[in-house]
Amino acid sequence: MSTAAQTAQGVPPKPAAPSKPTTLWSLLLHNRLAAVGLAFILLWTVIALIAPWIAPYDPYATDMANKLQPPSAGHWFGTDNFGRDILSRVLYGARISIWTGLIAVAISFFIGVPLGGIAAYYGGRTGTVIMRVMDVLLSFPSLVLSMAIAASIGAGLSSAMIAVGVVGIPEFARLMFGQTVSLREKEYVEASRAIGVKDSVILYRHILPNALAPLLVQATLGMGFAILTASSLSFLGLGVKPPIAEWGAMISEGREYIISGQWWLVTFPGLSIATSILGFNLLGDGFRDVLDPRLRSGK
Amino acid sequence: MFAYTLKRLLQMIPALLGIIVITFILSRVLPGDPAIMLAGEQAPPETVDKIRQDMGLDKSLYLQFFTYFGQLFQGDIGYAYHTGHSVASDLASRFPATLELTLASILIAIVVAIPVGIIAATRKESVIDHISRVFSLIGACVPIFWLGLMFVYIFYSILGWAPAPMGRISGDLNPPTHITGLYVLDSLLTGDTAALKSSLAHLLLPAICLSTGTMAIVARMTRSSMLEVVDQDFVRTARAKGLKESAVIYRHALVNALIPTLTVLGLQFGYLMGGAVITETIFAWPGIGGYVTDSILAADYAPIQAFTLISAILYCGINLAVDLIYGTIDPRIRYE
Repeated sequence: MSTAAQTAQGVPPKPAAPSKPTTLWSLLLHNRLAAVGLAFILLWTVIALIAPWIAPYDPYATDMANKLQPPSAGHWFGTDNFGRDILSRVLYGARISIWTGLIAVAISFFIGVPLGGIAAYYGGRTGTVIMRVMDVLLSFPSLVLSMAIAASIGAGLSSAMIAVGVVGIPEFARLMFGQTVSLREKEYVEASRAIGVKDSVILYRHILPNALAPLLVQATLGMGFAILTASSLSFLGLGVKPPIAEWGAMISEGREYIISGQWWLVTFPGLSIATSILGFNLLGDGFRDVLDPRLRSGK
Repeated sequence: MFAYTLKRLLQMIPALLGIIVITFILSRVLPGDPAIMLAGEQAPPETVDKIRQDMGLDKSLYLQFFTYFGQLFQGDIGYAYHTGHSVASDLASRFPATLELTLASILIAIVVAIPVGIIAATRKESVIDHISRVFSLIGACVPIFWLGLMFVYIFYSILGWAPAPMGRISGDLNPPTHITGLYVLDSLLTGDTAALKSSLAHLLLPAICLSTGTMAIVARMTRSSMLEVVDQDFVRTARAKGLKESAVIYRHALVNALIPTLTVLGLQFGYLMGGAVITETIFAWPGIGGYVTDSILAADYAPIQAFTLISAILYCGINLAVDLIYGTIDPRIRYE
């Protein structure tokens, strides 16, 4: 058959070239690591949404007769020191961790982006003051600053969200600053200004959409950072307090049992934190690779 | 070089002022009331008022700031109610333990991660490259508090290789004679082998735990900067003129690839300060981190703020030092 085709046309038929992905999503899905990251994120998001329906037990129901039981058919992840089912607590914990991450990143984004945009767009003294404050915030080690903020406000879920969110503000502000500085000189921005469009509209409608890609990368990576930092705060007693089913708090509660060999109290919440962060980090790295043409061509 | 250093030090002054202002805001302006925190939610109003007066919280914000500022310049960084000592003396007595832990973890990170990064880059797509990449990915995702507990479970509870996670030296041994405060170094200097063995055994696990995140990032950065360098003309020239591969890699490529690694190491200092708080808590390490956790649990405020202030100042100082070391590694860098 192939010989016939070859003779008829004179040249051997070229194999069909595989179609190159072009849209952001198809590029992302072709990046294997990013696809794995996305799968982890989807898994934890779905678990967070349907936790009440899939959790085998009430995560807060104590059963002292069955405390510290190792993983078994009845309790897949075992039970904790109050006889609570660890699997159910891990599933419910996804809700708090994802929610904390989202709110913290939203705080960083919605405060950092306008500040960076205003600082770059107006420049002058306002811009200098804003960016110097951001520099000072960046000179604090992030976990240490979030600890100090959470300690100042008082332990709790909302203070953990605020603490982690505030720590993330300078990163978004710096990114938006850099983007706005290059975009504000573009012709379409000048044209908008010339026809009298308000500054706030120019920033929101013309500059922000064009600066969104790196901000999206930062937001994705920021989710991983937020989940890690918030769980660290809970572990130190500055975030979510027991008995709330939160991964960091669960590890904090279970840590005294590790020496006596009850590994399941900390292992499963720890793996949950690690896989959720891994998901956001892989997706964030994938986004960055896809959005950077230099890296894309290098693949 | 001297002029540049002086210029950078002067440039640090506004940053330091900013750090002091932010630390002050954190301690006095945010919604939490230190007086209520100290007295407890159920305390009668008179007790809270008395504490507020003692702490100077009844004065105007400006006055409070200048008092705070003046105290800082006199080395007064507050009073720790839960220990009954000044924060400065508490921090000074715990500093050597944290320094020993942090130095050991940086050393481990350098000794392990830089060679791993080099091998991964020079043997791209080999087994060791894949292992190092997976390790870099995982190292950045695993929470340090979980890793520490798993280390304790595996190396102490199951294998019995590590001593109990309780402090810097076995309870039945006396600490070595105080010279530097670093137990490993002091026991080496005094020739105390029993203390050396015990202090090394106690140090190893927390130091590896604290260095894991740094190792992951340093290995990743060394690999990627080496990959950029090994394809450049001067490396090809070095090979073409018949130099041994080790000389090509270490004397030509690595020196040029080290700058980004050094930058990352400097930035990692901030991570180590936060990580030390968690690691010291898990391993009952009697350093500054454990002290901060105790202060958190006791709702004692001043030590946390002092730790925040000192961490930020040290962080700025270390990053300045890293900037200055660039010129030593790469003589093409000129300071103006």
